[in-house]
Amino acid sequence: MTSLLVIIVLVLLAVALWQLTKIFDLTQVGSSSDDSQVASDNDNNVQGYIMFGFLAFIYIFTIYGLLKWGNLALHTPASEHGSLVDSLMNITWVLIFTVQIITQGLLYWFSFKYKGNKDKKALFFADSNKLEAIWSIIPSVVLAVLILYGLYAWNNIMFVDKDEDVIEIELYAQQFKWTARYAGQDNVLGKANVRLIEGINTLGVDMSDPNAQDDIIVSELHIPKGKKVHFKMRSQDVLHSAYMPHFRAQMNCVPGMVTEFAFIPTYTTAEYRELPFMVEKIANINKIRAVKSAELVAQGGTALDPYTFDYLLLCNKICGASHYNMQMKIVVDSPAEYKKWLSEKTTLSQDIKAAAAAEKTAEGAESTKDSTSAVNDTVKAVIDTVKAVVAKVAMK
Amino acid sequence: MSAEAHDHGHDHEHEHHHKETFITKYIFSIDHKMIAKQYLITGIIMGIIGIAMSLLFRMQLAWPEESFKIFNVLLGDKFAPNGVMANDIYLALVTIHGTIMVFFVLTAGLSGTFSNLLIPLQIGARDMASGFMNMISYWLFFLSAVIMVASLFVEAGPASAGWTIYPPLSALPQAIPGSGTGMTLWLVSMAIFIASSLMGSLNYIVTVINLRTKGMSMTRLPLTIWTFFVTAIIGVISFPVLLSAALLLIFDRSFGTSFFLSDIYIAGEVLHYQGGSPVLFEHLFWFLGHPEVYIVILPAMGLVSEIMATNSRKPIFGYRAMIMSVLAIAFLSTIVWGHHMFISGMNPFLGSVFTFTTLLIAIPSAVKAFNWITTLWKGNLQFNPAMLFSIGMVSTFITGGLTGIILGDSTLDINVHDTYFVIAHFHLVMGISALYGMFGGIYHWFPKMYGRMLNKNLGYIHFWVTAVCAYGVFFPMHFIGLAGLPRRYYTNTNFPLFDDLQNVNVLITTFALIGGAFQLVFLYNFFSSIFYGKKAVQNPWRSTTLEWTTPVEHIHGNWPGEIPHVHRWPYDYSNPNHDVDFVPQNVPMKEGEEVLHH
Repeated sequence: MTSLLVIIVLVLLAVALWQLTKIFDLTQVGSSSDDSQVASDNDNNVQGYIMFGFLAFIYIFTIYGLLKWGNLALHTPASEHGSLVDSLMNITWVLIFTVQIITQGLLYWFSFKYKGNKDKKALFFADSNKLEAIWSIIPSVVLAVLILYGLYAWNNIMFVDKDEDVIEIELYAQQFKWTARYAGQDNVLGKANVRLIEGINTLGVDMSDPNAQDDIIVSELHIPKGKKVHFKMRSQDVLHSAYMPHFRAQMNCVPGMVTEFAFIPTYTTAEYRELPFMVEKIANINKIRAVKSAELVAQGGTALDPYTFDYLLLCNKICGASHYNMQMKIVVDSPAEYKKWLSEKTTLSQDIKAAAAAEKTAEGAESTKDSTSAVNDTVKAVIDTVKAVVAKVAMK
Repeated sequence: MSAEAHDHGHDHEHEHHHKETFITKYIFSIDHKMIAKQYLITGIIMGIIGIAMSLLFRMQLAWPEESFKIFNVLLGDKFAPNGVMANDIYLALVTIHGTIMVFFVLTAGLSGTFSNLLIPLQIGARDMASGFMNMISYWLFFLSAVIMVASLFVEAGPASAGWTIYPPLSALPQAIPGSGTGMTLWLVSMAIFIASSLMGSLNYIVTVINLRTKGMSMTRLPLTIWTFFVTAIIGVISFPVLLSAALLLIFDRSFGTSFFLSDIYIAGEVLHYQGGSPVLFEHLFWFLGHPEVYIVILPAMGLVSEIMATNSRKPIFGYRAMIMSVLAIAFLSTIVWGHHMFISGMNPFLGSVFTFTTLLIAIPSAVKAFNWITTLWKGNLQFNPAMLFSIGMVSTFITGGLTGIILGDSTLDINVHDTYFVIAHFHLVMGISALYGMFGGIYHWFPKMYGRMLNKNLGYIHFWVTAVCAYGVFFPMHFIGLAGLPRRYYTNTNFPLFDDLQNVNVLITTFALIGGAFQLVFLYNFFSSIFYGKKAVQNPWRSTTLEWTTPVEHIHGNWPGEIPHVHRWPYDYSNPNHDVDFVPQNVPMKEGEEVLHH
């Protein structure tokens, strides 16, 4: 319906404008000279005023956008380095808006002011070393400052000090889901390779590596507030990108290599939800969802769940048809909650043993029974194993 | 060099007496003017396809998973059952839209058209150095366009790994259906396209170096020729690298090599690939990919400089600074490719280097922008449609270029990388700007191409609606990018977090549809004016460059008699030594006339 309306409006607009050009054409009847399609003084005058109008449009649209959509942009960063990023961003924005307002102003103001007519002659002004020096040097100086600040921040963010006390977590990407592996007691991740993927060892962890014994695999990421988390990222199939916008963190996951990114979370999920801007944002989103729900219910559908904020890990590198739905919830806990959550998890080696034991029982049962029930039992055992795997993978 | 070379032009002088058949005149033509028109028409047709695709996926983004009859009509039952666009065809549409617009419209359609048309005409040559190679260049381009369009009809769908075709996604049909035959055709099409582009570029370079007429020194070349010349050089340097990347990818796909692939487990099995790296592909791709941005925008800058000077009735401000900045941009463009890869997993130290080189590009860009603005100052501005598009180009180039300071800075790129912020940035700075340059060029040189005038009032409507819509589409897009919305998402309804962006998406799509619809005004104007436009006079814009000294009716060899000699630079507008407000390049200096510029 909306589209039909849009199309009708478009057609009407087109017709209206077409009629307008006809009028323009009619005003030129009699001037059969060959330069009728070259701008006349009248055209210059009209277009000059429209230039000025367009400048007003740009300014007004900019202000309108800032007021109306300014609050959509990501707000308070939830990581320590995030405030460094945001302050550089703000400085850059001030620069950008200043330059934008001045240059667009000059461009369209000159267009308006110097609109031509037949009696005028332009000023022959071919070059000026002074002017050109000014607008080479000023951008150079400004950019030098930005570059230095940027590099300072970049080096702080990207280079992880080897001696630092960090929590090692592996982020594992595949079409179209994320998995996380915790390094366990020893805080060293076991070796892994996709060639070792087998059964419930879906990440290809090398179980002969002593460091791998206490590794824990989960599908929801928990990290503690105030502690540096060092992510090591892998992908098993195509390029993915681990994008955690609220933490100002992003790194590609590349098959065949391990990439890394580290940050210190500064707000727990509960705290971040309570920040005033977030309270407002959630309320706004829920208002939008309530309207949508009402529509859905009216059409006989089910209402949408109300929204509560959670940090998210999104995939931000095209990775296949369901790229648009590859996400994982991130929970920032207080250190105590985090410790408790992690201690409740079983390690991968325990899971593998349990799975093997389940299989063995099934096999043992099979040998003592006649063939018909053996088939039933095998099916049952397989189902159990699958259930265990599913439970493991989908563990909340 | 040019002084001796000009005489060779006379060898061709009598060629136009040859009998021309329909085929040699309109199809397998070796006349640069006809080849330019062939490039333009092919480019326009590809542009219609590319822009129509963007409108389709914009509709999906504004009204996700809603049923539209037009989807079903255009995409068929397989890709739009009941009129709802499927997620894999969405990715195919964005991929092919990007490929077509970047390569087929803004590289071949823009540079191919105007380099071919203007290089011989503006330097005073009878044709390109090799007319035959020029013809082959066009027909290879045509072939690659046909293959690209044909790939749309492959059963599993066309290439859908994004226009950057990063492996492994582009290498493995298991990963996405479009990486089967669709991707093969994409690669074949691009390989042919590159061959075409290289032949064209070599021809442009040789022609500019060797065939300039007497008196046409390098510092008397119009800025259009300078930008075409430099663009051709960047093309020759960087396109072969993409060709090698494409070939290695073909090897990986078809012959089991491991240049870009390693340690892959997909669809339940481990693949044999070992030791390759997708990051290597990214380096090779962007070694072309970034210069490509300048291959697109430099010719537009040249056209705009020329149109602005003519219509301001003033010399372009800082002619030598403009040349220097083009050279600086060209040089820097080849050493900044890594800014597309800050978070690709390459060593962060490299990120620092690329941040430095990238932000340096802002300096020559700023020089150009300020020089254009100063060209308007105290001018006698003639608002022909071409002039409007030129002013619009400077405007969008500034708006889009400024956000490059954010994306070029590795620290800031972390959070806006691959979001809609990037889309807003590059569409303004190279998409819309280059398109404006192209439109400006078409409005300005249409009389030279077809001997008739475009309707100016339709031109005014075309420009103003496009200008409002371009800002209407891409300005709000910055905000949804800053909100963290990733690009290439079929819909964002799976993220309640982004629910508040939906209204903005509707607004963007509305502007896009209106803007898209108004391109029909241009198409009508263009095609009807070819046949019914007002007859053009020889020099309708009262311009100084040599192409306007040729007769309105095209002849093979361009000038009926002697090739004109050049006595002055191309920007003698409102020269105080003369009473008329423009002095063409072939007018000898008056006795005692001083050169008033550097």
